[in-house]
Amino acid sequence: MFEKVLTQHINIPESQSIEYYLKHGGYQAFQKVLKSMSPDEVIEEVKASNLRGRGGAGFPTGVKWGFVPKDDSKPHYLLVNADESEPGTFKDRLLINGNPHLVLEGAMIASFAIRSNHSYIYIRGEFVKEARILEKAIQEAYDKGFLGKNILGTGYNLDMAVHRGAGAYICGEETGLIESLEGKRGWPRIKPPFPAIEGYQHSPTIVNNVETLACVPSIIERGASWFKSIGPEQSPGPKLYCLSGHVKRPGVYELPMGTNLKEIIYEYGGGILDDKKLKAVIPGGSSVPILRADEIDVAMDFNSLAAIGTMLGSAGTIVMHEDTCMVDALLNLLHFYRHESCGQCTPCREGTNWAEKILHKIESGHATEKDVELLGEVANHINFRTICPLGDAAAMPIQSFLKKFGDEFRAHVGVGHCPLNSRL
Amino acid sequence: MAQKETQQPMKVEFSEAAKKEFQEILKRYPDKRSATLPTLHLAQREFGYISRDVMEYVSSLLDLTVGEVMDTTSFYTMFKLKPTGKYHIQVCRTLSCALRGAREIYEHLEAKLGIHEGEVTPDGKFSLMKVECLGSCGTAPVVQINDDYYEGLTIEKLDEILDNLE
Repeated sequence: MFEKVLTQHINIPESQSIEYYLKHGGYQAFQKVLKSMSPDEVIEEVKASNLRGRGGAGFPTGVKWGFVPKDDSKPHYLLVNADESEPGTFKDRLLINGNPHLVLEGAMIASFAIRSNHSYIYIRGEFVKEARILEKAIQEAYDKGFLGKNILGTGYNLDMAVHRGAGAYICGEETGLIESLEGKRGWPRIKPPFPAIEGYQHSPTIVNNVETLACVPSIIERGASWFKSIGPEQSPGPKLYCLSGHVKRPGVYELPMGTNLKEIIYEYGGGILDDKKLKAVIPGGSSVPILRADEIDVAMDFNSLAAIGTMLGSAGTIVMHEDTCMVDALLNLLHFYRHESCGQCTPCREGTNWAEKILHKIESGHATEKDVELLGEVANHINFRTICPLGDAAAMPIQSFLKKFGDEFRAHVGVGHCPLNSRL
Repeated sequence: MAQKETQQPMKVEFSEAAKKEFQEILKRYPDKRSATLPTLHLAQREFGYISRDVMEYVSSLLDLTVGEVMDTTSFYTMFKLKPTGKYHIQVCRTLSCALRGAREIYEHLEAKLGIHEGEVTPDGKFSLMKVECLGSCGTAPVVQINDDYYEGLTIEKLDEILDNLE
């Protein structure tokens, strides 16, 4: 029987307070780390757990931590990525609202592991309430002696602060986030150097997603083998699945990694809105390749979704029923990517602009067959030609929509209006 | 608009409370430039929006050039370069909200308030914007008014919310 470890307390009003968290075993893992483990032992335990980053890329967390130099003289930084902005994703906000100290404890353990004395939580600017919740939680942690100088008499120092973004999707990309924290526009950096070597203030920096860090305390407390026993061994653990769009019960569901997508939509999500027929599902946030209704009998984990040509991403599952116009849905997304492209790389800045224009033309029924082909070409010219993955994130939906629903795009040609009269 | 412009003081300077808050902000970072975003947030709260004068003031506080502050300010959609209404209404338009009726919500607001995107009502009470994904897709459609999210909206709920705003 699967036991929730991230969201078991979220519906309890007092769950934001440190007293509640302490009463339910909170900060035990951090104390264990401080009193009985070395930073390297923590890294090894997290490596052994096979925890993979929940922000979208799925990179092994312990391996990432291991890249930080062990004997340099520079300060190290642990940055919590709470810039949750991938369309379809709304899990980190829930965690911050319902279990802020779990996020803090994960960040504290990660800071200790990478020998950092400074941590910032970079939260998207729109989450004003959540920023206040985190600030309050941080203050409580200082008051109880879990943050500050000589924590619990162990000689370890750690300061933590909330840093609010100001409305830019690109700052969820880790080097964009670092630039933004440095007070600049969020233009992603060319890698290498990777942040673990040269990040914030040219110092070793680790950027971890909120949900990733929230997994860490239980790994320390219960052990890597316990964590690995949940879901597939290569990408295990509890997972927050975000369900939105045309489902009866949208929301965040904590389930074992690898839960079947069909089951998530029909069992947990209650099925399709108004009992209509399912048409398409974007499984992992708007940037990942789309699936047709006949492809959803698949385990929601990194490897299983990669095997069918899509990605787990941030697990933002967007469901669309039979009345949805795929051209209009893609147009909606391209408007997003055009708006959020930071403008640094020409293929992304110009490509997203062109793609949106062509999609307008197709959706209005005034395009030719050639325009549909051109749309695919534009996407191919964006993909893999930019500094950061935003370009790919815009190209993958175009390519996959065309591949899976090409007929519907061609059905718009020369009609003079959208055949479905869609108005998203 | 003209009426709102005059609300910004002639001399741009933080209140005493904001000055204290600014000093607290500085303590959190190893350098002054990292304090740019929090200082701009603070300035926007103090002055309503980030005018050229405010950028100059912020640059003087942080030992930056005006160009550096302008470069950062203009990159982020939450920093307002002109005055907005007392209640700044932002309607999420991205896919999950669009699938659940964001367009109806937005068009209703346009009709009810008599303004279009980027405009302010003549009494200065409301301004209207479409914004990209607000990260609350499970409770779509969603609108943010100033700092607060309003989720799972219907036209009726929205009317009730607006009617209750003084």
